[in-house]
Amino acid sequence: MKTTMLAVAGLTIMAGCAATTQLTENERQTRAEAMLKAGFSKGNKAMAERVVQQDETQALCSKYPESVPEAIASRIQESQQATIRYPASGNLMGDWRQGEKIAQDGWGMRFTDMGSPNRPMGGNCYACHQLAPDELSYGTLGPSLYQFGKARGYTDEVRRYVYGKVYNAKATNACSNMPRFGHNGILTEQQIKDVVALLMDPASPVNR
Amino acid sequence: MSSTMRAAVAAVVLACTAPIVLAQGSTEKGIEQYRQALKEGNPAELWEARGEDLWKRKRGPKNVSLEQCDLGQGPGVVRGAYAHLPRYFADTDKVQDAESRLVTCMVTLQGFKEEDAKKNPFSAPGRHSDMEALTSYVAAESKGMKLNAPLAHPKEREAFELGDYLFHRRAGPHDYSCSTCHAESGKRIRLQELPALTDPGEAQKVFTTWPAYRVSQGSVRTMQHRLYDCYWQMRHPQLDFASDTATALMVYMAKFANGGEVHAPALKR
Ligand code: HEC
Ligand code: HEC
Repeated sequence: MKTTMLAVAGLTIMAGCAATTQLTENERQTRAEAMLKAGFSKGNKAMAERVVQQDETQALCSKYPESVPEAIASRIQESQQATIRYPASGNLMGDWRQGEKIAQDGWGMRFTDMGSPNRPMGGNCYACHQLAPDELSYGTLGPSLYQFGKARGYTDEVRRYVYGKVYNAKATNACSNMPRFGHNGILTEQQIKDVVALLMDPASPVNR
Repeated sequence: MSSTMRAAVAAVVLACTAPIVLAQGSTEKGIEQYRQALKEGNPAELWEARGEDLWKRKRGPKNVSLEQCDLGQGPGVVRGAYAHLPRYFADTDKVQDAESRLVTCMVTLQGFKEEDAKKNPFSAPGRHSDMEALTSYVAAESKGMKLNAPLAHPKEREAFELGDYLFHRRAGPHDYSCSTCHAESGKRIRLQELPALTDPGEAQKVFTTWPAYRVSQGSVRTMQHRLYDCYWQMRHPQLDFASDTATALMVYMAKFANGGEVHAPALKR
């Protein structure tokens, strides 16, 4: 919290000091966008297109890095909620063993591992979350998910929440730092079901 | 470099190329042993020495040295120059960091074509990078000095504002921006600590360590490489070497890091 406060104080000071802001918001955006585009001149074209072109959620969340105004947040959440495709079968649970592999795996979508029809991409959940207690190499950008199902209850409602969170984290938290795995085509429906099982199967190590 | 040290380097390089899950614990230990072995010096010193030689050697189509290169403190002044970069240069009418400025000097003084000067910014196994060596030399000549990147010129302030925009710009299939990983203190990706680069205390400690000898890569890496690497993690395309985007991000980070002591080239994971 201390740093957030410091950062907020910093921004306030900058904003109050006319000499430090010389570009209008529009100029700043136009110039920065042109500069960024020019800076990816040699990379993969399709990849460049994807990052040069922000979607509305990305653009709005970038505009309010500290905290997004409530009205905008609810607008984002509504539009993102509408993107979630739940499995037609209604069954949200896959195999937690597969889920564990997906949670460990960070492969995919970098310029060195752009994707392959024969190799599914990873979810890399351990980059940001504690999950199974045996894995000590976990990150802390997101909350610990250890004992998630046990603590929240093994109910349909919670399973649906987890499926939705992984499919599109911005549906319940407009500017979440968590990627939108389903919406952006990182994980398939089956893979999402597998990580739901990792969190929600009573037999999963996460709940033991 | 002594043979014990060479052995330690080899051991650590090996440990760090082993599968990540296995390597986490042993890497930490390897680094500790390695630090011990390094009492006699950081391997980056080899880069510094090679960089000094490159600086003084007559090279390029014009067969002249870089000794008259103006890094911001006047032609030929290397001492302290790195501590005042990035900065605005009137001759190019641009804000430049050390590396893009070295490119300018290689072009104007030595007669290299720009694309040749930019051709090999990052070394690979079996392939040295002159840029890594030159940057190590230039940075080392500011060791112990306080970073003081200027923000007085309108172009410097503009670069800061653009860097601020880019630092917070989310994009790509994972929605990442620099601030996803570097805006809050005490966070980690797996076991790697993520410095909050907008926190002056943290920025002063880490921004000033680049270029650094990276144990995991067995080479010196520069700030240009760090940004290229972070954009790689962000699922962005390859960032052009010495692009204005890189400079703007550096100016932005330098603002928070100003006042920190230059420790470059440091030794890092
Ligand atoms: C880059 C970081 C990051 C990655 C990768 C990530 N998450 Fe998250 N996750 C977060 C953050 C930050 C939050 C908290 C904010 C929110 O709820 O949106 C979160 C929240 C969650 C929650 C809600 C927790 C609660 O208490 O309600 C679940 C469930 C979750 N993540 C599961 C996953 C799974 C499964 C994966 C991998 C497929 C994953 N996350 C990958 C950052 C990440
Ligand atoms: C998905 C996570 C992620 C994103 C997004 C990211 N970085 Fe990083 N960054 C890292 C990691 C991991 C490290 C290395 C930490 C280590 O090696 O211990 C790092 C290191 C750095 C360092 C060196 C810090 C040090 O300790 O010396 C700088 C500077 C930096 N990043 C800048 C940026 C900038 C600028 C951006 C945006 C263009 C960015 N990062 C985006 C994860 C990220």
